[in-house]
Amino acid sequence: MDIYTILSQVLVGLSRTVILFIVSSGLSLILGVLRIPNVAHGSLYMLGAYTAYTISKFFGGQDLGFWVALIGAPLFVALVSFIAERCVFQFLYEREHLMLLLLTFGFSLIFGDLVKMVWGGEYKTVPVPKVFQGYILLFRHLHLPLYNAFLLIIGPLVAFLLWLFVNKTKMGKISRAAAVDREMVGAVGINVSWVFGMTFVAGCFLAGLGGMLVAPTISVTLGMDHSLIMESFLIVIIGGLGNIWGALIGALIFGLTQSIGILIWPKFGIILPYAAVVMVLTFKPKGLLKSTW
Amino acid sequence: MVKVEKKKLIAAVLVIFLLFPLILPRFYVYLTSLIMIYGLLATSLNLVLGYGGIFQFHHCVFYGVGAYATALILTKTSLHPIFAFIAGPICGSVLSLILGIVCIRLSKLYFGMLQISLGSLVWAIVYRWYSFTGGDDGIHGIPIPEIFASTNGAFYFALMITTVSMFVIYGIVNSPFGKTLQGIRDNPVRCEMIGVNVRLHQLLALTISGFFAGVAGMLFVVVDTTVFPELLFWTLSLEVLIMCLVGGWFTFFGPMLGAGIIILLRTVVSTYTVYWALVLGIILTLVIFFLPNGVLGFIEEKFGRGLKRENV
Repeated sequence: MDIYTILSQVLVGLSRTVILFIVSSGLSLILGVLRIPNVAHGSLYMLGAYTAYTISKFFGGQDLGFWVALIGAPLFVALVSFIAERCVFQFLYEREHLMLLLLTFGFSLIFGDLVKMVWGGEYKTVPVPKVFQGYILLFRHLHLPLYNAFLLIIGPLVAFLLWLFVNKTKMGKISRAAAVDREMVGAVGINVSWVFGMTFVAGCFLAGLGGMLVAPTISVTLGMDHSLIMESFLIVIIGGLGNIWGALIGALIFGLTQSIGILIWPKFGIILPYAAVVMVLTFKPKGLLKSTW
Repeated sequence: MVKVEKKKLIAAVLVIFLLFPLILPRFYVYLTSLIMIYGLLATSLNLVLGYGGIFQFHHCVFYGVGAYATALILTKTSLHPIFAFIAGPICGSVLSLILGIVCIRLSKLYFGMLQISLGSLVWAIVYRWYSFTGGDDGIHGIPIPEIFASTNGAFYFALMITTVSMFVIYGIVNSPFGKTLQGIRDNPVRCEMIGVNVRLHQLLALTISGFFAGVAGMLFVVVDTTVFPELLFWTLSLEVLIMCLVGGWFTFFGPMLGAGIIILLRTVVSTYTVYWALVLGIILTLVIFFLPNGVLGFIEEKFGRGLKRENV
């Protein structure tokens, strides 16, 4: 095992980190503001990937399809989540966590079966656009697939935009205030229900974006939600509930331990991220960064 | 008055259950065994969740580990089967104690999340360790002692163990320990103030509940003669949570009833459509909206008061 193998594995881990970060930052946003442990988040991620497949197929696998999917798939997921939020979730914000957890689990079951109904059980593949086929040579033996490079650019971009949204826009500030004291925000004449709804939709948009971005790198299949939702919950927990930078750090820990783990111990590498989570929570029970509640 | 009726009711149900293998076809006997197993599992979860107020999200780990312990001893060693039947519950409770010690410092949602992550760790080990646990294939055709090998034998064994376990859990819930546990659920700070060791009580409750989850796992091996990693996957844990919810959290027999409802519905719906998860999701949403206390909670609310009034 030479240094290049390790470095390229680190790069693979970093691209995985980007996906994990995008999905779990959405989850963290919802958890931090609405206090809903949204199990259906993983299903929305899966829905994003399947929608990307359909859009890309509609354009015959052309590059244009990818770019349309990049915008269209997350928007479609956001629309679905908007309907779910306005029809069901908004009436249940006051319930305890356990109920909300089970409710969102119910939704994940429903979404899972709807996806099975519409797309069937076979594996789907989304082609990597021609612009991103090939490699760039970083160093002597160190190749980086162009699509991964694209992911490595998208990741910080999303983080930056999310930071802008939460810290610099009025909407973001209101949502942060509503996370701390819901009644007070309502008392100054802001429609809290809509703020919550919009935050929920924004979080789900990120889930759809994550699903869309991951689609060209894996085979899109049923059940891809189950492993991901567990990982993103853990990321959110070790980062600190509702903290977006925490989600970034958590995703880094998870993505890197995962890729390195597979390299050094192929059989049990899968255990390494979970062990890392246990380590973190043993020393920092409330997560690495400050949580919003 | 009500209490006598309850006793009669339980006796009647037990007698009917005893007659089941004589009147029902084999499939339904097997189904009833499954309902009892999942009912016991849900009841053991309810001990910590409904009575203890601890967010035990990943309860199936103890169930799965109990099942695997029993299965491994039966297949890989030549020990007397009785050891296998004892080992399941013991492993469940020991693992529950270990996870409890790690998680108990956290409260509510954090507890549940850490518990799920540790449980997933156990799942990942079972899933990957091909040479020991059979990996994702699991273990099939586990040799069960002759008397329990038939469907009816397994049914009577499951009935016996489940009945005894239910009585023991009922005793625990109504013991001073159980009352203290409910006090901790309602107000942990006050309990701490009057000198109750909150952590110790919660740990003990977790250990007991892990023990009975292990019992359920052991019964599953006897009835189904297979084990597979899905037994400790987190979706099954949430399904058991749903059973508790549908039956009713704050009632003793609620989880058992919920298990019956869910498993029967699954059997019926599966004959018509492959989309059982969709149906379950819709049922779950409706229950959360309209029956937040579950079926039994609803009945007690509606008719329990009426009964009491009659007594007065």
